[in-house]
Amino acid sequence: MARAVTTRRKTINTVAAWAIGLLIFFPILWTILTSFKTEAQAINDPPLFLFFDWTLENYAVVQERSDYMRFLWNSVIIAGGSTILGLIIAVPAAWSMAFVPSKRTKDILMWMLSTKMLPAVGVLYPIYLLFIELGLLDTRIGLTIVLMLINLPIIVWMLYTYFKEIPGEILEAARMDGATLKEEILYILTPMAIPGIASTLLLNVILAWNEAFWTLNLTAAKAAPLTAFIASYSSPEGLFYAKLSAASTMAIAPILILGWFSQKQLVRGLTFGAVK
Amino acid sequence: MGQITLNQITKSFGDVQVIPPLDLRIDDGEFVVFVGPSGCGKSTLLRLIAGLEDITSGVIDIDGKDATEVPPAKRGLAMVFQSYALYPHMSVRKNIAFPLRMAGLDKAEQDKKVNAAAKVLNLTDYLERRPGQLSGGQRQRVAIGRAIVREPSAFLFDEPLSNLDAALRVNMRLEISELHQTLKTTMIYVTHDQVEAMTMADKIVVLQAGVIEQVGSPLELYHTPRNRFVAGFIGSPKMNFMMGAFSAEYDAATIGIRPEHISVSHTEGKWSGKVGVSEHLGSDTFLYVDVDGLDDPVTVRSTGEVAFRHGDTVHLTPDADKIHRFDNQGLRIA
Amino acid sequence: MATQHSRSAARIMMAPAVILLLGWMLIPLTMTLVFSFKRYLPLRGGDLGWIGFDNYVRFVSSSAFWPSVQTTLIIVGGVLVITIVFGILLSILLDQPMWGQGVVRILVIAPFFVMPTVSALVWKNMFMDPVNGLFAHLWKAFGAQPIEWLSDASLFSIILIVSWQWLPFATLILLTAIQSLDSEQLEAAEMDGAPPLSRFAYITLPHLSRAITIVLLIQTIFLLAIFAEIFVTTSGAFGTRTLTYLIYQRVLESQNVGLGSAGGVYAIILANIVAIFLMRIVGKNLDT
Repeated sequence: MARAVTTRRKTINTVAAWAIGLLIFFPILWTILTSFKTEAQAINDPPLFLFFDWTLENYAVVQERSDYMRFLWNSVIIAGGSTILGLIIAVPAAWSMAFVPSKRTKDILMWMLSTKMLPAVGVLYPIYLLFIELGLLDTRIGLTIVLMLINLPIIVWMLYTYFKEIPGEILEAARMDGATLKEEILYILTPMAIPGIASTLLLNVILAWNEAFWTLNLTAAKAAPLTAFIASYSSPEGLFYAKLSAASTMAIAPILILGWFSQKQLVRGLTFGAVK
Repeated sequence: MGQITLNQITKSFGDVQVIPPLDLRIDDGEFVVFVGPSGCGKSTLLRLIAGLEDITSGVIDIDGKDATEVPPAKRGLAMVFQSYALYPHMSVRKNIAFPLRMAGLDKAEQDKKVNAAAKVLNLTDYLERRPGQLSGGQRQRVAIGRAIVREPSAFLFDEPLSNLDAALRVNMRLEISELHQTLKTTMIYVTHDQVEAMTMADKIVVLQAGVIEQVGSPLELYHTPRNRFVAGFIGSPKMNFMMGAFSAEYDAATIGIRPEHISVSHTEGKWSGKVGVSEHLGSDTFLYVDVDGLDDPVTVRSTGEVAFRHGDTVHLTPDADKIHRFDNQGLRIA
Repeated sequence: MATQHSRSAARIMMAPAVILLLGWMLIPLTMTLVFSFKRYLPLRGGDLGWIGFDNYVRFVSSSAFWPSVQTTLIIVGGVLVITIVFGILLSILLDQPMWGQGVVRILVIAPFFVMPTVSALVWKNMFMDPVNGLFAHLWKAFGAQPIEWLSDASLFSIILIVSWQWLPFATLILLTAIQSLDSEQLEAAEMDGAPPLSRFAYITLPHLSRAITIVLLIQTIFLLAIFAEIFVTTSGAFGTRTLTYLIYQRVLESQNVGLGSAGGVYAIILANIVAIFLMRIVGKNLDT
């Protein structure tokens, strides 16, 4: 039972937590605010917080000058594509490991996890070389495959832990009730697994969206997603804070929203079910 | 119809044989209880009948037909699981209707049967709820509802009451017994609780390590247990066992005497000892008496009125007709 | 529940995932191993033949190696200490009753969702820039000389940026672990006369130890591989060249694939040492 707490105590907690929360969030808030300033206001001394001439100009400029939509589209295709591809491969695998376990199931799961721990830089050149050989360098399909592969262990693991939570008795009950394997999967398993599959999908989109080693090293212009687009701002010319902020805001906004929805599942996904 | 015959069936998991060759006949309309300590194979046996496990060898006949290779759904049996196994994403109505939907009944027919079952089980007001919003007893009734709408030739219950609290368990026990009276359908019921077995069964099957120790009516098992295991398992409180000089007198390796068949007196009796703990239940009093020459205390049931206190010296006399004698293999001596 | 039939079906369903990951692991790994024993300069003659362990020796004896190891250790160690210490404190604070807990949680988690290139660039320009950055304004407001963060305090700056990204991760996992602590345990300790600090030391901390270990191991694996944060801030200058970055430079910038591959093998061995400990914990959890 939670114990009643004095209002004073609760007030102190609230003030402290909000102060720290805002401090941690501040860089994001500042980026969003700056994106609505003019370039001159962005570097004003002293800094301007809320009282400036709000403008949307930067967003228009960023799109016009650097074709933001193309990078966004690349990000969407690569993150979404790798996730869907990964799910198609992982769902049957996780299903069979959870419901028809064998002596080797555990070893296979652990081995899959170990592939996730390989440092990317250790295999950078071979992949680079293979990509040139296969004509995959700077293509969306190439990047989609790589991101699918690096996140496949996480997808399998997350789905496995979700499937494991579906009691075997329920599937047996369905079998007793006359459901065929197809009906069992369609009416019982799928509806029960959908929340798990959805949060796996969400987390994986986030991870793929933010991946910044392979996306930086395997793309040039055609297939570059938002990570690479933002990196191109690292060598600036002239006044660019407001535009950098606008570009950044657009790059992180979709994922920030998705992330907030999936925060509960995040823990399970990132610790391979070891913390629940 | 609901006659089930098991013929020399065995079950092995890998190299481990959990059910050695076993024969059993269950007649139509019988209420059969499989009882035994945990790990005795009673649930496995039930799952073999259900078809949820493949049998390793042997034949299962249901209503005179070989059902060994028949998939679970086609055996005409319904099962109530220990965890109830309700479908959490479906309303109570949909849960109960699921087997009908799988059987391809039309909507009107489904509704008719669901409503009838709900009425019998007092679930009418809860039909649109999800299982998560129900209490343990209600969930239990939904699971039973899902079983009865199929009008199966036999019901299988796998420890259905073990997740309920004590008071509710007594209620559900009565409800299931009443259901059996009404439906007159074969029921096979698995439990580790001998009280459930004694109160509900027409026929009790006592299992230990996959082996049937005895089959019989509750009173048969109570009065003439075939061996020490059954004698000790059936009856509450447990039967007292005595060896050595105590049993030699009766030409047996071990003798057993139930607590209710020992009379107790302050003044005279066959054995004497000191009262350890006495439990007063109101209607009865259970005395745990440390008898000279025995390691374990002897349990004695007495009336609720008697006043024996800790440390009192008492004298015990067994009812000579009610003494069970066992040989050195633990088998009953007739 | 499993019958013979379902077993073979299960194997077929598992095959695509297993085969793909096996290929993804074995093919590049074998290539890296092969390259590491060769003198291989794609832009200066290509494959120049086997040279045994020369690359391994050269990689370790180059003047850049030990500083990069040191840099890696400082960054990984610094970030771990900061995220775990503050993560514990923050998770305890967030576990207390308050108004608007959900919103605070969201504020705290947000940095984790910011892509690494964005967070590095925002910190580099809008906070750490010695002329227009917020820190410069702040320092000037107090009459101090603004600091050239990314050149004069480069390691600290990188640690700050990376810690900001990973603090939410540590906090979130520790918070989840704290919330699973049975409050009756704490109340029992209170009845036994333990003051708040002892309750923390003897009840809460031991309860968190598993979660802390997991955070430690997972972060170590990710932190050993940080790349984008260095790529867009200092490009490895000012003593921020980590082992990962050094290998990257050898392979793609100086196009010495043999040497870089040898470095890659070192990195793989290093990561595997950490991974073994993590897998043990995760594996144990699988049995329960």
